[in-house]
Amino acid sequence: MPVDSYKFLPRSFRASFERMPMQEETPVWAPLPLPVKEAQVALMTSAGLYVKGRQPPFDVARERENPLWGDPTYRVIPRDVRQEEVAASHLHLNTRDFYVDFNVALPMARFLELEAEGKVGRLADESYSFMGFQERGCAEWRTHYGPEVVRRLKDAGVHALVLAPA
Amino acid sequence: MLARVIEEAGIATVTVTMMPDLAEKHRLSRVVGVEFPFGHPFGLPNDVRMQRTVAEAALRLFAEATEPESRLDVDIAWPIDAAVAYRDWQPAEPSPVVAYNARMRQQAEERGS
Repeated sequence: MPVDSYKFLPRSFRASFERMPMQEETPVWAPLPLPVKEAQVALMTSAGLYVKGRQPPFDVARERENPLWGDPTYRVIPRDVRQEEVAASHLHLNTRDFYVDFNVALPMARFLELEAEGKVGRLADESYSFMGFQERGCAEWRTHYGPEVVRRLKDAGVHALVLAPA
Repeated sequence: MLARVIEEAGIATVTVTMMPDLAEKHRLSRVVGVEFPFGHPFGLPNDVRMQRTVAEAALRLFAEATEPESRLDVDIAWPIDAAVAYRDWQPAEPSPVVAYNARMRQQAEERGS
């Protein structure tokens, strides 16, 4: 049974998403260059997670003043982060469950288990958190922060990335 | 969108999403669909089995997908009443853009009347 993409979407948004045309002319593809059990994998979320005491939250104050703007920056989440260190700043989601178990959005513990079991080469030292509400066109992601994260991933020797929009 | 930027740079990606139909409109390489509320792409808090099922679906796509626009939907029903889950993932206060759009609609209606 295919997933119903609209099951939990606010009803007022459904029609616009259903009517949306194809956004790209061509598909995109990069092969995984080695078996997944040898691959270094990083994770990425748009849940607005950050590491308390070491990183600033996402700028929700500015978003409140400028409702069409969202903080385009990202936070680096280390593979040894503890639950009690993780916080979230996101005005479009109920963030309660991130404070109970942030793995619902960024499954570090699950990928550490998969690493220990030999099902993936290793979880990268650094994973990434963005905040998913962005101004139309996502220009800063496209031209600045996306390429910056690509450089970090390549410098770290990451072979694969699991992204989960929140 | 970030998935395309990263894949175009040569890094293989899997996107785990509760809106796989939207991911298909962006013609992404590998998509795992989950019928979960927003904010919960990997499932319920502390539900290791559910989270592992989604994570392993992502690894399966890395291992088995051979062409772009590969999609695998996870067959797990959200175990909480849909009406409760629909309300529960949303923030307590409307987001600034939702409030802004409501003001714009109201102003348009007032101008029209």
